[in-house]
Amino acid sequence: MPYISNTERDRQKILKAIGVNKFEDLLTAIPEKLRMKSPLALSQPLSELEINKNIKAKTDKNIPCEVVNSFLGGGVYDHFIPAAVDAIVSRPEFCTAYTPYQAEVSQGTLQYIFEYQTMICELTGREIANAGMYDGASAIAEAILMAVRKNHLTKAILPATLNPNYVKVVKAYTEGNGIELLIAPEKDGLTDLSALENMLNDTIGSVIIQTPNFYGNIEDAKAFDTIVHKNPNCLLIACVDPISLAIFMPPAEYNADIAVGEGQVFGNNMYFGGPLFGFFATRPEMARLMPGRIVGGTIDKDGNKAYVLTLQAREQHIRRAKATSNICSNESLCTLSAVVYLCLLGKEGLIEVATQSAQKAHYTANELCKIPGLALTYPNAYFFKEFVLKTPKKAEEIIKALVPGNIYAGIDLAPLGKPDELMIAVTEKKSKAEIDSFVQAMQEVVK
Amino acid sequence: MSKTIFEHSTPGRKGVVLPEREIDIPLATMFSETMLRTKKARLPEVSELDTMRHYITLSHKNHFIEKGLYPLGSCTMKYNPKLHETLVRHPSFTSLHPYQPEETLQGALELMYELQKDLAEIAGMAGVTLQPAAGAQGEFTGIKIIAAYHKVKGNTHKDTIIIPDSAHGTNPASCSLVGYKTVELASNKEGRCDIAKLRELVNDQTAGIMITNPNTLGLFETQIEEIADIIHSVDALMYMDGANLNALLGIVQPGKIGFDLMHFNLHKTFATPHGGGGPGSGPVAVSEKLLPFLPVPVVTKDEKGYHLSSENELTSIGKVHTFYGNFAVLVRAYIYIKMLGAEGLRRVSENAILNANYLMQCLGEYYHIEHQEPCMHEFVMDGTWQKKNYGITTLDIAKRLLDKGFHSPTIYFPLIIPEAMMVEPTETESLESLDAFAAAMREIALECKDNPELVKNAPLTTPVKRVDDARAVKMLEPVFPLAD
Repeated sequence: MPYISNTERDRQKILKAIGVNKFEDLLTAIPEKLRMKSPLALSQPLSELEINKNIKAKTDKNIPCEVVNSFLGGGVYDHFIPAAVDAIVSRPEFCTAYTPYQAEVSQGTLQYIFEYQTMICELTGREIANAGMYDGASAIAEAILMAVRKNHLTKAILPATLNPNYVKVVKAYTEGNGIELLIAPEKDGLTDLSALENMLNDTIGSVIIQTPNFYGNIEDAKAFDTIVHKNPNCLLIACVDPISLAIFMPPAEYNADIAVGEGQVFGNNMYFGGPLFGFFATRPEMARLMPGRIVGGTIDKDGNKAYVLTLQAREQHIRRAKATSNICSNESLCTLSAVVYLCLLGKEGLIEVATQSAQKAHYTANELCKIPGLALTYPNAYFFKEFVLKTPKKAEEIIKALVPGNIYAGIDLAPLGKPDELMIAVTEKKSKAEIDSFVQAMQEVVK
Repeated sequence: MSKTIFEHSTPGRKGVVLPEREIDIPLATMFSETMLRTKKARLPEVSELDTMRHYITLSHKNHFIEKGLYPLGSCTMKYNPKLHETLVRHPSFTSLHPYQPEETLQGALELMYELQKDLAEIAGMAGVTLQPAAGAQGEFTGIKIIAAYHKVKGNTHKDTIIIPDSAHGTNPASCSLVGYKTVELASNKEGRCDIAKLRELVNDQTAGIMITNPNTLGLFETQIEEIADIIHSVDALMYMDGANLNALLGIVQPGKIGFDLMHFNLHKTFATPHGGGGPGSGPVAVSEKLLPFLPVPVVTKDEKGYHLSSENELTSIGKVHTFYGNFAVLVRAYIYIKMLGAEGLRRVSENAILNANYLMQCLGEYYHIEHQEPCMHEFVMDGTWQKKNYGITTLDIAKRLLDKGFHSPTIYFPLIIPEAMMVEPTETESLESLDAFAAAMREIALECKDNPELVKNAPLTTPVKRVDDARAVKMLEPVFPLAD
């Protein structure tokens, strides 16, 4: 049997040492009638050779983005990942380690988390970051819950321009806690700021800004700051694309009290949408209210530098029902991908990724808009690497028509009640030739 | 101690070069100046070799499964097959986007569909969601489902979940997150749920109970049927925390012994790597009556193929993950189940139980074990005797084990054993490796008597000596101070 070391001889040796005759003698605590009478109904076990074929039969039925010309985004993006990322992340030293509770034999994990926290703080401008969350969606939800711990105000405002999947997750996380979610309406692809201003009063505990928002548009973050912080207790929670932070104002500069977002874009494969990881950074005075793991620097017995999980008194394994969160794992290996990615790209490289993504997205938009019948849905909004196009026929039809030509044209916004709108994402991975061939195919299909 | 990566930085150095710009639109054309960053983020400037050397150096400071036994109780640190790592890295998995047209995802959906079915069979339940990204998120999802069930049934007065005192901290924390109160159920002398106390606690307010089975003492809840009857008598639900499922594969189906729903930890039972703290995966299985509440979407099958179906959207608890869960972890668990099959999975549990009982037998002479009966896949030792007689704590013993090349057991848990050391060897360890661990624990037991200072000062051979965690709290240092 694979992965089981005991031979029949070992088994007999063990039974003898324990002093029982047969394995079943160890099951006396399980009443006979509760035990299974027949084996599990699973398929016959496969050898390594056979499972290779089984998996190949699966992979053959997928058409991944790698072999097509894809313009899909909406929360997960196909950015370039240098080979050295996987060379580090696949090391068993990192991959098969447990959560670093025993600090003396976990300095490798602890130090990269410390470096990760430093990078997240540098990018967001905030002073303290945790070791990571499940994804951007749960990071927002946990940020709202933290805001309630801080100011005890149980109303939060979400913008209508927030990723709709995030809205669903936030709802699931907050509804049992007596938190009321209000939606600030959208106007021309951006949050309606005057409506937001009217919604604000001293019962609102937090306001979310997503920028670039779900549609790719860049919100007026400074205006959010002014409106939200009129109430000194209200917290501004910024959900940002971390790649964009290479060129955009860090959330701390518009006084975001909590900065969160989806970290997949930092060196993690898309993997059909998981694993992802969320990042979470805030002000130092809220350190003890934070969810999740935090690594801190300290010294060992000899006075040498060391790292350790810290502020654990917040956590579920200590505080149980009164913990700041139930979070236990923190998508650690995904944050290692992020750290290695950020090292390899470095100070200038990340700026180049952000700049080229924006340039290629803008070029794509410009070229598409030359086609009669196509136009930007939000021509007056600034966008980063994703934009929405108004289409002369159903986006669904356009997407369908382009699949045989190996193009994933974008996301159909019909589920949001916008059937003739197509959302297109472009990263630095696209060559000009790939964009041009997409534009040409679009020209054909909207004729 | 290693420098941080920031201290290796040299201006102008690069780890990777991007293609030349084919399209060069100035930032000022695309954006308003007020949106832009004025000061570049101080990310490191290092070469690929700098990066590799730094992180390989760090990696050498970790304990990991391939290095040595990792007997963390309730964590199931079994060997993670390398085949999984190779197969999951196929571009047809790595480069799949969640918004691709369904017809280009049939392989991925088929895999998920089969995994849903296999997990449902292992649980003995009707349906499965693969969405939760971790065990704790699985718990949260399960408790949300309990809340949704009571809402539909009009059980608005139900506001309490019962949790045994031996439970993981995530259990009460997950209940709080859903908005439930929790009450603690004491264990009896036999280390099981105290049925008489349970009867006192259960009333009309009871929404459910969360039971880890076998529990964290490594003991099967023998009276589980009676517990189920009591819980069901007030229309409350039986939730099983599947953290210890490695003891039950092919032996007991939770759905057939009274449980209404449960979560799996694929990173424990199904051999996917723990990753230094994730990504894990915490699918939830439910009985027939709870199917309408599963998160959306679930994978369904009809004559046209496989679909991401949100048919139950109106009754569903919604979503707990941005997309469909940790797909890359699901692929690994799928491979594991397919390779082992029914017979192999049963063998996994048998050998996990055999190995734990063998170690318990080896160590019982040196460390106190409260519950003198065969254990399931793990057991708990109590270091109170060592503490009383030699002033040596369980923490000291754990640290001394690190010197001997082993990871420590889970310590100070469960909370009901004061100086707990919870040992779970798993089925992938050989008899020789169990013997080596037992020898090390025996040596330490002797050192406690003959050379207590050695144990109190441990570890001595690890990359750093005992770490001052009180200082880390007092003088919080969460980031490296970057130079301008």
